[in-house]
Amino acid sequence: MKKTLIATAFLALGAQAQLAHADLAVAIAGPMTGQYASAGDQIRRGAEMAIADINAKGGVLGQKLKLEVGDDACDPKQAVSVANTMVNKKIVFMHGHWCSSSTIPASEVYVEADIPMATVSTNPQVTERGLKNIFRIMGRDDQQGMVAGGYIADKFKGKKVAVLDDKSAYGKGLADEMAKAMTAKGLKPTLRESITAGEKDYSGIVTKLKQAGVEVLAYGGYHTEVALILRQAQQAGLKLTVMGGDTMTNSELVTAAGAAADNVMFTFSPDPRKNPDAAPIVKRFRDAKVEPEGYVMYAYAAMQLFADAATQAKSTKFADLEKTMRGNSFKTVIGELAFDAKGDQKQPGFVVYQWKGGQYDYAAK
Amino acid sequence: MAYALQQLINGLTLGAVYGLIAIGYTMVYGIIGMINFAHGDIFMVSAFIAVTAFTLLAAFDITSLPLALTAVLITAIFFTSAYGWAVERMAYRPLRGSTRLAPLISAIGMSIFLQNMVQLTQGARVKPIPPVLEGGIEIWQSGGFTVQISWTQIMIVVVTVVLMVAFTYLITQTAFGRQQRACEQDSTMTALLGINVDRTISATFMLGAALAAVAGVMVTVYYGVVDFFIGFVAGIKAFTAAVLGGIGSLPGAMLGGLIIGLIEAFWAAYLSPEYKDVATFAILILVLMFRPSGLLGRPEVEKV
Repeated sequence: MKKTLIATAFLALGAQAQLAHADLAVAIAGPMTGQYASAGDQIRRGAEMAIADINAKGGVLGQKLKLEVGDDACDPKQAVSVANTMVNKKIVFMHGHWCSSSTIPASEVYVEADIPMATVSTNPQVTERGLKNIFRIMGRDDQQGMVAGGYIADKFKGKKVAVLDDKSAYGKGLADEMAKAMTAKGLKPTLRESITAGEKDYSGIVTKLKQAGVEVLAYGGYHTEVALILRQAQQAGLKLTVMGGDTMTNSELVTAAGAAADNVMFTFSPDPRKNPDAAPIVKRFRDAKVEPEGYVMYAYAAMQLFADAATQAKSTKFADLEKTMRGNSFKTVIGELAFDAKGDQKQPGFVVYQWKGGQYDYAAK
Repeated sequence: MAYALQQLINGLTLGAVYGLIAIGYTMVYGIIGMINFAHGDIFMVSAFIAVTAFTLLAAFDITSLPLALTAVLITAIFFTSAYGWAVERMAYRPLRGSTRLAPLISAIGMSIFLQNMVQLTQGARVKPIPPVLEGGIEIWQSGGFTVQISWTQIMIVVVTVVLMVAFTYLITQTAFGRQQRACEQDSTMTALLGINVDRTISATFMLGAALAAVAGVMVTVYYGVVDFFIGFVAGIKAFTAAVLGGIGSLPGAMLGGLIIGLIEAFWAAYLSPEYKDVATFAILILVLMFRPSGLLGRPEVEKV
């Protein structure tokens, strides 16, 4: 009796394996453990929900999707070994990795194995290496300046704008991009200066801005200096609107600058929960006791992207998928996705936010 | 013109703060011939005490500004002086009479100790206080530019002037001042005349710390943000001010502070803010090349 049971169990397992083989394996990879594990968890929850939804609608090309999960703990070495494991599991699509430092080495493995990947890593180098298999579904770091500069040129046409940076790699890069984007749209910066981060006294530069009649300050740097500049501007009787980058999301800015923080705008990734088209999905996540924050919706969108592309291409072969993903545009829960030759989004994935009473929200267009 | 005046006001305010800190360096150098590198961090500690005091006052709902400011000043002066005393007692007094280098290294150690202590107990993030004293007065308008002096700036300049007057009186007219100057000239002889040299030195450290405490409170009110690293930059600038003015000379420290404040403000105003520190230190080097003992310092005379 017992033997029969075991035999049946084996048979059942065999059948399961057989069935699994017919399934399409798609994978996610990211930090499922370690200090960034919360991001990995978000990715997993988003992907699981997406796959359940896709399978409920009949899967992709008549086949069910099956999720493989890889844990790289944001360690580049571990990322490469995860990538090799995934290649052995014959996955047809990868969503990951999460850390740029993991995505970059792992992508070399996937490209050899002809596996397309959609990532949320933001480092420019992710797509700058000419790999054909990478698609980035988030903005890249250096697109922030483009979005911020463009917004300034549209919104503050005819006003005097100063561009300032803190001499850091991040700050100077952002400020240069903002200045370039503004100038391209016909608004030349009145002043272009640098300050030293970590100081406390910026009254000199504030007075200089006041003298030049500057109303808008495009700033590349961190929130601490912006808070000081705003406070000192207020004391000097200068009303200043500041445009910055993602570092301005830090709520320390509000505590340090007080009410003046309401004059701070910045670029940051859009919040997919605010996308009206995604409302039903957001509700389903919440019903399942998952707050669709951070990377949850991005993971969902990545799976949608694969399912759509495979359906349109009528194939899961790399060449077909790659051509479709690059050529077409896809409606996902994070909005319309379309990619350029490098694999970056055609529409930069950043929007302008503004602080208001200690909270930030999309700024008026 | 209005622009230059505004930058002058900015420079004077900044210079006053540097000067207050610089006096601590110069006084200690005068009396025991050592550079107290922990002085900048004493200033930083006082800023943190001020932030804590402001927060406590807000918690107790004391909103009367003069009352709050006075309370914060007294608290900061009291605790910072205690720090000054303790630093001298623990790190420098046991080393008195050893090589010249020993207390210097001890001072650098103390500076690192204080920085790390504050970082660990208060956290590495910046500590802001809500704006305390807002607004100011417009003093002149010309060519579309309004010269504005804020209440905080007025407060800093007034407090500095009052302190300088009081301090000059203390050093030149009182018994303590005489003892201090005596210790400065010849501590062995002073001891023989029945003056407690150790106590005079302790008092000097406390006095220097008290001035740094005032500077700390002013900076907290003026900038509204402190972190555990502010002592380093402020300390280096103030030390430079003391050297520029002539280390050991009290009016020299104040003058040095003002000059550095003004150079920074005007360099940022008319040339490049990027290079203002380069300018400051280049001028220091030039002055020392032609006047090695600083602007108001007395050249060291070999006593025979």
